Parts: sequence; C-alpha cells; structure tokens
Amino acid sequence: MEIFSNMLIYFVIIPVLTLAGLALTKNKGIDAIRAVAVTGATALVALAIYLVVVFLHARAAGDTSDMILQTSVTWYEPLNIKLALGVDGVSVVMILLSAFIVFAGVFASWKMDPLPKQFFLWFFLLSTGVFGFFISVDLFTMFMFYEVALIPMYLLIGVWGSGNKTYSAMKLTLMLMGGSAFLMLGLIGIYFHSAPEGQPLTMNILEIAKNDAIPHQWQYYLFPLTFVGFGVLGAMFPFHTWSPDGHASAPTAVSMLHAGVLMKLGGYGCFRIAIFLMPFAAQQLGWIFLTLTGISIVYGAFSACVQTDLKYINAYSSVSHCGMVLFAILMFNKTAMTGAVLQMLSHGLMTALFFALIGMIYGRTHTRDIREMGGLMHIMPYLGVGYVIAGFASLGLPGLSGFVAEMTIFVGSFEHQDMFRRVLTIAATTSIVITAVYILRVVGKLLYGAVQDEHHRTLTDADATERISTATLILAVAIIGCFPNFFIDIIRDSFTPVVKALTSVM
Amino acid sequence: MDYSQFLMMPQEIGLLVVFLLVFLYDTFMPSKTLKGLPLFATIVFGIFTIFSFFPVQDGMAFGDMFESNKATWAMKNILNIGMFIVLLQSIKWANSDFVAIRRGEFYELMLLTLFGMYLMISGRHFLVFVIGLETASLPLATLVAFEKKYYESHEAAAKYVLTAVFSSAIMLLGLSFVYGITGTLYFSEIASSVQGDNSLLLIVALAFLISGVGYKLSLVPFHLWTADVYQGAPTMVTSYLSVISKGSAAFAFFVIMVQVFGAAYAQIWEWMLYAIIVITITVGNLFAIRQRNLKRFLAFSSISQAGYIMLGVVAANAVGMASMMYYILVYIFSNLAAFGVIAVIERKTGKVTTDDYNGLFKTNPWLAFVMMLAMFSLGGIPPFAGFFSKFFIFLGAAQTHNVAIYVLVFIALVNTIVSLYYYLLVVKAMFIRQDECAIPAFKSHWTEKAGLIICTLGIILIGLVSCIYTSLSDITTSLTSMFSMI
Repeated sequence: MEIFSNMLIYFVIIPVLTLAGLALTKNKGIDAIRAVAVTGATALVALAIYLVVVFLHARAAGDTSDMILQTSVTWYEPLNIKLALGVDGVSVVMILLSAFIVFAGVFASWKMDPLPKQFFLWFFLLSTGVFGFFISVDLFTMFMFYEVALIPMYLLIGVWGSGNKTYSAMKLTLMLMGGSAFLMLGLIGIYFHSAPEGQPLTMNILEIAKNDAIPHQWQYYLFPLTFVGFGVLGAMFPFHTWSPDGHASAPTAVSMLHAGVLMKLGGYGCFRIAIFLMPFAAQQLGWIFLTLTGISIVYGAFSACVQTDLKYINAYSSVSHCGMVLFAILMFNKTAMTGAVLQMLSHGLMTALFFALIGMIYGRTHTRDIREMGGLMHIMPYLGVGYVIAGFASLGLPGLSGFVAEMTIFVGSFEHQDMFRRVLTIAATTSIVITAVYILRVVGKLLYGAVQDEHHRTLTDADATERISTATLILAVAIIGCFPNFFIDIIRDSFTPVVKALTSVM
Repeated sequence: MDYSQFLMMPQEIGLLVVFLLVFLYDTFMPSKTLKGLPLFATIVFGIFTIFSFFPVQDGMAFGDMFESNKATWAMKNILNIGMFIVLLQSIKWANSDFVAIRRGEFYELMLLTLFGMYLMISGRHFLVFVIGLETASLPLATLVAFEKKYYESHEAAAKYVLTAVFSSAIMLLGLSFVYGITGTLYFSEIASSVQGDNSLLLIVALAFLISGVGYKLSLVPFHLWTADVYQGAPTMVTSYLSVISKGSAAFAFFVIMVQVFGAAYAQIWEWMLYAIIVITITVGNLFAIRQRNLKRFLAFSSISQAGYIMLGVVAANAVGMASMMYYILVYIFSNLAAFGVIAVIERKTGKVTTDDYNGLFKTNPWLAFVMMLAMFSLGGIPPFAGFFSKFFIFLGAAQTHNVAIYVLVFIALVNTIVSLYYYLLVVKAMFIRQDECAIPAFKSHWTEKAGLIICTLGIILIGLVSCIYTSLSDITTSLTSMFSMI
C-alpha cells in the first residue's frame, strides 16, 4: 500500500490506534487508560517533531514544491475523491502545535472523573479529526476530518463540562455544524468548477488552484460560503457567540484543545480553501470580512473587560486574538500572513496555558468569579506567576510569543497601500491597549488584591503533573518569543503561491 | 408461452420458494416445532439473500412488462439485506406470548410484501407496477394491526388501509389519464408518445401519480398517516415500513419519473418535486423536534429522510441514482439500528419515550452506543455512513448545474442542522441526562444482538469502504438508455 509509506498518514493512524487501545482497556483500569493516552500523545509529539526535521531537511535540500510528502490514493473513484496528503510550512507548524496541545491536554485531564475512558476516546477522536484536517489536501477528506473534529465537542462539553453545559454544548455544536452546512455547499460548488470545461473534475486543492477555473461570478457566491463556514469556527463576529459559552462550560483539557487547536482549523481553512482557491472574490469581497474581523478584535477585547468569570474573560480574549488571525490573513501579504500563523501558534499555546491555569485555580477555589478571589499570589505563587506570564504573552510583552505575532501582523497590515486597510489596522491596534486593561485588571484583582475568602489561605500550590504541563507551555511561549525566526523560516515560503494568486487577479 | 422467461426473474422465484418453505413449515409441521419457525424463516431468507447476489441476466420478459437489469438486481439485494436484519430482529418478538400464535402469518405476509416490492422495482408496465404496489401495501395493513390487544394498533391499521386505498385510487385516476393521452401503459411507449406534449391533462396525471407514490414514501403533504401508523404498529413492522417499503417505492419512483416522464422533466415534475422536497424536509424536521415518543420521532425523521432521498430523483442522473440507492442502503442500516434498540427496550421494559432513555448509557452502554451511532449516521456526522450518503446525494443533485437546485441543496443542508438538533436530543438523554430510575441493565437475545451488530458494522464500514458506492455507480452509469430523455 503506497499510502502507508507516507509518514503523514500516521498522524491519523496513531490516534486511531490509541482509540482502539482505549477501547480495549477496562472502565475502571485508570492506569491502563492513562498509559495508552500518554503513549498515543507522546508518539504524536515525536512524529510531529520528526516531521519538522523532515520538512527542514527537504527545504534545505532545495525542494521548492508547494507541498512536500505528497501522496494521492483514490478513494471514491466515480466522484474523484482521493485521499490526498501533503504539507507545507503552515500545516507543519499547525501539526506541531496540535501535537503539543494534545500532549498537554492529556496531562491536564489526568484526574478526569467520571468515565475517564470515554473522555479519552472522544478526546482522541477529536485529535484524529484535527490531524487529518491538517494533512489533507483533498476537499472531501478535509471536510470530513473537519466534522470529525467538531462532533466530539458535544459530548466532551455535555458530559464532562460544568455550569450550563447542555445549553452550551448544543449551541456550540449547532453553530459549528451550521457553519459546515455553508461550507459543504461551498465545497460542492468548488468541485463542479474545479476544472475547465471538458476536463475531469477534481477535489485536490493544489490542482484546483493550478486550474484556476472557478468563474468569477461563481466566486462571488462560493467565497462567502466557505469563508463564513470556516469563519464560524474562527469565531468571526457575528458568529462568535458559541465560543464564550462553549469555553466556559468545557472541561479544562477540552477548552485547551478547542481554543488551542480547533479554532485554528477555521483560520487555516479560510486561508487554504477560501482565499487560495478564490483569489478574485477574496480581493473583491475581502473588505466585508476585514471589517467583521476588525469588529471581532475590538469587540472581543472590550467584552473581556466587563466579564467577571475567568473563563469568559479568556474566551472573549480568544475571540479578539482569533479575529486577529483572520484579519491578518485578509491583508493578503506575506508579512501579515506569516504573522497570522505566528498568532495561531502563540494564541494556541497561550490560551492553552490560560485554560490550564484557570482549571487548576478552579480546582482549588471552586469558583471562577474574580470577585470572590484575591491575593492568590501569596497562596499559590507558582500558578500566580504562570498566570502573569500568560497574561503578558497575551498583551504582547516582548520576549514572549504574543509580541512577535502581533508585531508582525500589524507591520504587515500597515504595509498595505490601501487607506481603508490602514485605518482598520489602526483601529485594531487599540485592542493591544484594551487587552492590557483586562489582563492587568485580573492580575491585580486575582493575584494581588485582598484575600476574599479566608478559606483560600489553606490552599496548596501546583503539584508535580501540573507543574510539568504549565512549565512546558510557558517554555514554548518563551521559545516562540525569543526565537521567532525558526518558525518564520518554516512558514514564510508557504505563502508564495497564495500571494501570487492574489496579486495576479488585482 | 416461452417458459424460459422465468429465468429472467431468479430473485422473484427465489423469494417465492422462501415463502413456500415458510408456509409449508407453518402448515404441516407439528405445533411443538412452530417455535422454531421464526429462526427457520430467517435462516432460509438469509441463504436466499446470499444466493441472490449471483448476477442476473439483463433483459426484458413477459412482453416487455418486466425488466431485469443490474440496477434492479442491486436494489433488490439492498432490500434483501434490510429484510434480513428485520427478520433477525423480530425472532424474539415473534415468539412472545401474544404474537406467537400468528407468527407464521407475520413471516408469510412480510415475504409477500417484499415480493410486491420486487414487482414495483422491475415492472415496466403500469399494470405490473400497480399490482406490485398493492401487494406491497395491503398485507402491510394486516401487519400494522398485528398487536391485536392494543387499541393503537387497530387505529393505525385503519388509518393505513384507508389512506392506502384513497391514494391508490388517486394514482389510478392519474394513470387512466396517462392511458387516455397515450393509449398505452408501457413505460417505453408512454415515454415516446408524451415527448413534447405538456398538456394540462398530463400535468394533472403527473400530480396524481406523484401523490400516489408520495403516500408510500410519506412525502408531505401525503404524510399524515405516518406518525400514527408508526406509533401504533408493532416496532418491527414500523422499522420495515420506514426503510424497506420506502426504499422500494423511491427506486420505482425514480424509474417512472426518469424513464417515463423524462421528457417532461425540466418543465413539470422537477418543480413539483422541488416544492415537495422543500416542505417534506422542513415539515418532517420541525415536527420531529417536538416528539417525545421515539417511534413518532423516528416517523417524522423518516419523513424528512424521504425528502433527502428525493433529491436523488430531482438529480435524475446516474450519480443521483447511485447516490439514492446508496442513501437507501445507509438509511436501512441506520434506521434499523435505531429501531432495533427501540424494539429491544420496548420488549424488555415497554418504555418508548425520550425521557425513559435518560441515563441509558450508565445502565446499558452498548445499546446507548448503537443508538448514538444510528443518530449520528442519520444526522450525517462523519466518519459514519450517513455523512457519505448525504454528501453524495447533494453532489448528485448539484450536478445538474441549476442555481435553483443549489438553493434546494442549501435548504436541505440547513435542515440537516435542524435534524442534528433532535438527533442530539436523544444522545443527550442517553449520555448527559442522569436519572435515578433509568432503564435497568438487561441482556438482550442473541438474535437482537446479531441484528444490531450487523447494523453497527454497516454504519461504520459502508462509508469508509468505497467499493459499494463505486459498484453502484458503475451500475447506474451503464444504464445510458435510461437517462437519454432528460
């Protein structure tokens, strides 16, 4: 079998094997369940690191093709559906991020109760979808994996969540699936215009881009469909409302995975399908979505200022930061798009760190309301310092990942000659200040304010597993902040084809 | 008469042999051994199912009234698979106290209705088609009334038989118009004589014909019997009604619409069907949301599913036909899994409402798991088969490159989200809700387990393994003469 000689397929096979392994464990055998989950997650991280090495090696050896490790195996022959794999710099980085978040997520749900086995089953099914999405270059398989990644959220939030969980889970699932309804129609439309008249249709993204056969009047319909379809997952205003509720109700590891990885599927899909395949409509209609994402950025930041629940603060902050990803992608130049991917990385790690810390704090104080907490820095200094670092990364302190990402995005956006885009960029930069407001407000109140509950004085600091998972994430945030060039070099060239396509239709 | 013509219908003859064997067993075996009748019937039918996979000869028989080709062969096999699962799941029920004395009739009537459906599928003359339709409908009324002790069962049967007769009458009136216009009832001859003739009479005839078949398919506005009949009938009969009866009618409908009225496609029946699909999917979905009785719930869900199946008819091309047959196959597995779980729980505890299923996962994890797969598959969630069948049928419809059809696909897609909501309600009840007095843990009979395992494998594998759709697609693309009219 040709496909098994491609290492990419193992990003799907490993989670599936983990699923099989978990299915064989006993419900009560918590040690076996943990062992299987950790093995699967570790294997994924190892494979992801190996993929980065392979990618760098291929580029160093002078392989300049758009995607490396391409394989295509026919699946549904009558409909030209293939299992087509391939990665470029963006997908490599995204896979690396996902592997790390999955790894951290497994440790964050170490004491998951009840039904740990079922939790990890759904957790790895979600991972299967995420990895499958990033390695596919076929519209159908990509869409299939996209939906595979969405549906486990329903049960992960519904069963293991907290608060108003059934409502949030249903809202999240229906809104995301609603987005995928738009998406499916868009993909069907793209498929039927994928090749010039008389030539065989295809679902392969690279071939469609090469054919460049989608008529301009169709692009006007198909671009909004696909962009909105993915934009829902990217928390684009006004389709972001699932995000705060969903995040607030989800268990820690699920929030991490969701904000850290799943929301990136949206940005990645917008870039890979909507803009790459329909550059003409992207140029024509980009301003509408640019405005919407601009609103997301500022509105998300303002909303975070007035929230009192730690998870809601972070969820709105996610809306703002993810808005920046879509905003940067819509700037259509290399610098801004590189910034978008850096922002995905930065936001993924930073939000995962935030949610992990919030989960740990909540596990001790049993409240997430900042009005009921205070002075935690003296009580749990490790978690407190972690929270401050995450906050600094969020507001863009140099040396941490957020600074690099936002700097690149705004420099890239301002490079644009268009006055409209420049004005929007200036408006969007205000979010940095607003972010500082809500982060510092929380830090001041939560960590340095007066102790609100005498009972909190008896709480303990982070234990060993918690220290490991937070330290890993903090380290990752700092590495991106200090050595961004390593990632920029991987990402940068991936945008050549899409920028070329965009400039050719100007 | 040329008796070699009978060789053109090996599947029909095989089915009659199965029927006769069951009948002889029921009549002549000592009453002590009658307990084995359900198992006997299932095994014999299973053997027949396997043998009917042997390819058949293509061609026409009985003065071109009967056609046998690869598509009819494949469709009959799809129905056989569903029928086998239904028979397997009904073994334990058929031997239960009140049903036991009439179990022979149950199997004989089931096999007879299947024979009627075969005729519907293969008939190329309206007389054969109508005989098939009636053979498929009337014994079902008896089956619906099978649980004599329940009032609902009687009511359901009365409703079923009255609407069946009424809709048949309307359809026959339509056919008489067709006969009046063309002077023939042969499919091929009607097709050649209605070409270019879009008289008002033909439109009326088409409307009457669509309403007659629409009743079998429970399309809105001919769906009013569905919920009551599904609720009142024994669960096994309901599952049979919802998948097998519907599947055969859908296929026959496709053949009639494309082969007979293909020339009138773009002007007339495409738009009739367009409107019917929109209201069928929407009404089915909206009513399903409010249902608390799972059988009624699945009745409305099956109404909306019929709307999706009709997308294949609107497509009226080879991809649409293959996707429709594939959809029916997937639907058979998904719906039979759902009804299988409902039947097992109903037989053990008598509970059929969504609230009764609260906390089912804690007590009966496997049943809850199968039910969840069925719901996900019906809702079109990958990697389960329902996702593939939905995607393909949308693809088939969109292939017509008509912007209005894109809008139709969009409406259908939006409705998929609505349907997902109520399918998730069942999942929510089983997995998320907790209940002190949840249905206690119990062991189901091995035949029921076997039926559910077959369905589960079907739901998981049919999508991931591409060979089934590929072979269906090969079959339909080879039927070039069929689509020549469109």
